[in-house]
Amino acid sequence: MGRFVLDKVSKSFGDTEVIPPLDLTIEDGEFTVFVGPSGCGKSTLLRLIAGLEDVSGGQVSIDGQDMTSVPPAKRGLSMVFQSYALYPHMTVRKNIAFPLRMAKMDKAEIKKRVDEAAEVLNLTDYLHRKPGQLSGGQRQRVAIGRAIVREPSAFLFDEPLSNLDAALRVGMRLEISEMHKRLATTMIYVTHDQVEAMTMADKIVVLQAGVIEQVGSPLELYRAPRNVFVAGFIGSPKMNLLTGPEAEKHDATTIGIRPEHISISNESGMWEGTVGVSEHLGSDSFFHVKCDAFEHPLTVRAGGELQMSYGAKVFLTPDAAHMHTFDAEGLRIG
Amino acid sequence: MATQHSRSAARLMMAPAVVLLLGWMLVPLIMTVFFSFKKYLPLRGDKLSDGLEWVGFLNYERFISSGSFWPSVQTTLVIVVSVLVITVTLGILLALLLDQPMWGQGFVRILVIAPFFVMPTVSALVWKNMFMDPINGILAHLWMLFGAEPVLWLSQASVPSIILIVSWQWLPFATLILLTAIQSLDGEQLEASEMDGAPKLKRFWHIVLPHLSRAITIVILIQTIFILSIFAEIFVTTGGAFGTKTLTYLIFQRVLDSQNVGLGSAGGVYAIILANIVAIFLMRIVGKNLDN
Repeated sequence: MGRFVLDKVSKSFGDTEVIPPLDLTIEDGEFTVFVGPSGCGKSTLLRLIAGLEDVSGGQVSIDGQDMTSVPPAKRGLSMVFQSYALYPHMTVRKNIAFPLRMAKMDKAEIKKRVDEAAEVLNLTDYLHRKPGQLSGGQRQRVAIGRAIVREPSAFLFDEPLSNLDAALRVGMRLEISEMHKRLATTMIYVTHDQVEAMTMADKIVVLQAGVIEQVGSPLELYRAPRNVFVAGFIGSPKMNLLTGPEAEKHDATTIGIRPEHISISNESGMWEGTVGVSEHLGSDSFFHVKCDAFEHPLTVRAGGELQMSYGAKVFLTPDAAHMHTFDAEGLRIG
Repeated sequence: MATQHSRSAARLMMAPAVVLLLGWMLVPLIMTVFFSFKKYLPLRGDKLSDGLEWVGFLNYERFISSGSFWPSVQTTLVIVVSVLVITVTLGILLALLLDQPMWGQGFVRILVIAPFFVMPTVSALVWKNMFMDPINGILAHLWMLFGAEPVLWLSQASVPSIILIVSWQWLPFATLILLTAIQSLDGEQLEASEMDGAPKLKRFWHIVLPHLSRAITIVILIQTIFILSIFAEIFVTTGGAFGTKTLTYLIFQRVLDSQNVGLGSAGGVYAIILANIVAIFLMRIVGKNLDN
């Protein structure tokens, strides 16, 4: 079980309010990702849930119980830290066994659980090593092992993949998703990487300056961003956000159109422009096109085979069905 | 220092320092060993220029068979071990305390370090005259305030008094090294152990103390070297009386009070042996911590 309810939770450091009062419900078994640019308060929010920071106001309840002033150890949560926070003087086995030893579990049971976790995480051959002798990915797995042996009611991840290289990150992303499907335990995951958020989450919470901008499933956020910030943050490459007379034609201050929803043509189209830098990924090509109608160049996605020379004249046509419109406050229209 | 050329240049430039240091160490060492096999009593007319009488191991036998030898070894070890225990224990506690955020932290830290800057002779005199004096000392006044008989510190509790003075001098050193070690502890490790359900004391025992082990090793090794050879503290307080004669002090008495250079030199060689025995023990016990 792990259902979290945050009721008007706020946090200030001195005079600086990092998180204004905020409400959020996380259902049992859900994989929730907090995402936002650095300094948006997502890690602080996670630490408030963990109990590593005291809330300045409001209430945190887990499974209907008020946990606001309960110490972290008693909340029944496990946390994986960005730096892994392994205990350097202990072997992998001792690291994983540490929470169980602290819970005064008997030796045979500890051994059984550690062996099981090591088996699942492919750490069996490394149990006698110290963290210093492991690679980044292995350390990450030890940290996860230490989290799962306690069988917590929820896992908290604080940017766990940001210290890994790109290839490992993709692998670990899958492993964590896999683990979530298998254990069906609530997971709260903090990241600044929207790709991680999109690929792993059941529910994404987009934060900016401590304020929740939108909560929803990855596709909800992709299809119907509530405001300009979410529109720009979710999706890669970023959505083209356009202002000026073209936007006014749609009775909006800003229109948003994703690179994948613009078609590019040599002959005819709605907007005329010149091709700038092209990025060829093989599967896709991204063209940065400077149009006279807009101040900033537009990013356009096309098939991987399309070639455009620098400076070529092209025409762009947005897909009207996938156009997002925002009002003067940046909120979505319609 | 990658190339052959820069390597040899480096050797050449380091040579003066190496030669000087080697000479600085080797000349007195060889002279001590040389004198320890000679009869050398300057007041009885023995002169280096006349040649000295070779007496074999006689000096060694006489030094070790003297009634003061084993007690002095014992006193030395008692002082070294006690000071180490006191400074390391209190040092850890003080370092933990100073690591807490508090008002006037910088000032308090300077105050804590201050005793280290006081010369041993001066601090021993301050303790002797201002604290431990049975008539005018603060401690005597304190005792009398409660109607107790003032303790004659330097005669009734001579060794503990020396230990107290030396500990006071070395506590800042231990605190300083341990404080920097505590500050280098990764905060996330503590938080992780907190999440893992370790209460404060267990966090200290399982996380903080192992993290400090290397710093403790360094404190122990460095302090041992210096405390084995304390002299001024004894000279200005008890003058070696009341069982405070350490091996160093005994050698001093043999050479300067009795003007027996040969005997003192033999004692010096014993001191080297004792220091090495202690060093080997320490290396065995704590040196392992420096490995990884």
